[in-house]
Amino acid sequence: MIVALIKRDTVRGLRAAGLPVAFFLIAATLFPFAVGPDAKLLASAGGGMLWLAALLAALLPIERLVAPDADAGVLDQFVVRGLADESVAAAKIVAHWLGFGPPLMIAALPGAALLGLDMATLGRLEAGLAIGTPALAALGVTVAALTVGLRGAGALAGLMLLPLAIPLLIFGAGALRAGDGEAIRLLAATALLLTAGAPFAAGAALRALRD
Amino acid sequence: MLLTLRDVACLRGDRLLFEAVDLSLAAGEALVVSGPNGIGKSSLLRIAGGLLRPSAGTVARAGRAAWLGEASALDGEYRLGDALTFWAKSDGTTCAAAMAAMGIADLARVPVRYLSTGQRRRAAIARTIANDAPLWLLDEPANGLDREGVERLGAAMAAHRAGGGAILAATHLNLLLDGARDFAFPHAASGSAPTRAPEPRRQGGTA
Repeated sequence: MIVALIKRDTVRGLRAAGLPVAFFLIAATLFPFAVGPDAKLLASAGGGMLWLAALLAALLPIERLVAPDADAGVLDQFVVRGLADESVAAAKIVAHWLGFGPPLMIAALPGAALLGLDMATLGRLEAGLAIGTPALAALGVTVAALTVGLRGAGALAGLMLLPLAIPLLIFGAGALRAGDGEAIRLLAATALLLTAGAPFAAGAALRALRD
Repeated sequence: MLLTLRDVACLRGDRLLFEAVDLSLAAGEALVVSGPNGIGKSSLLRIAGGLLRPSAGTVARAGRAAWLGEASALDGEYRLGDALTFWAKSDGTTCAAAMAAMGIADLARVPVRYLSTGQRRRAAIARTIANDAPLWLLDEPANGLDREGVERLGAAMAAHRAGGGAILAATHLNLLLDGARDFAFPHAASGSAPTRAPEPRRQGGTA
């Protein structure tokens, strides 16, 4: 049942992946307009800018992650079938990452080209995104579960997610510097902590929804 | 016994919906929960299905339960056949026979979002049939059904009980359930409205 749930949510996520990807690319396109066409500046600050764009793109899918399933009674059906809330949350995190992480990493290729990043920086950016996007997906599902049914859930979700994602941004952008193995290890540690803790936090939120 | 509730109470916020509820369901039995709006029919069913924790008392189920709630739990963008197959697969069954039993076999290729309320309800009942669980928990199963739908629901419930299943249904409509027992809440039996629980003592306070 878990596999079926992951498959269903992944297909739905990939169908809706165009929105965060387009947002990510537009944000990358706007950056040169904001700071001017200084190739050196763009190349040096572009990686961090792409991390910021990825963070903001992670906010877009939040409203459709949990709330529609809660409203449609899908979550109830899982509970009656004996599925733990933590398992549902973990499955949703995996599925959300599959429908969000890889498309974003692919979108980072044209994004990097737009900003004139060199190949080495692009490699470090992709490695950082590979490590950091699962944590962004985990945070997204957790925040989505916490804000189901609240008024202004989308805006509230942004306020909750962005502060929690600050360490990812710091270490992700830090890992872009050549020879900085420390930052990528800290990024991995932060991402591991967030990803491992999220199913329990999100599961508790799903359980609280029923009371 | 497929379902046994012992001394179950349900507290929503600080309001006591019901208490001291005892009920049991054996194979082939059906129990109809009726009563005015807000008395706690849905809450009783949610407690029986494990969706809500009872404030007191114990719930024991032998085997799986199939849940038919207010929402249809079918994905709007999928075709009806695919949406039902998703659940049938998770339950290790197939749904074609159940769709035929509810008269919606010819809607298999129609996206769920184009279906009417009654058709969705039939589909949700078909999912319950296909679930193959011994215990059915039906919350207002006849809502939105036309007369033919109610008859099909009645036939499905009869077949389920004949096959050794049990049904706990909450409804304010007439279901075609021969030989079903009626369940009345202890409050309703005494004719008094649900009483308010004493104010819970706040702990800690808010400075």
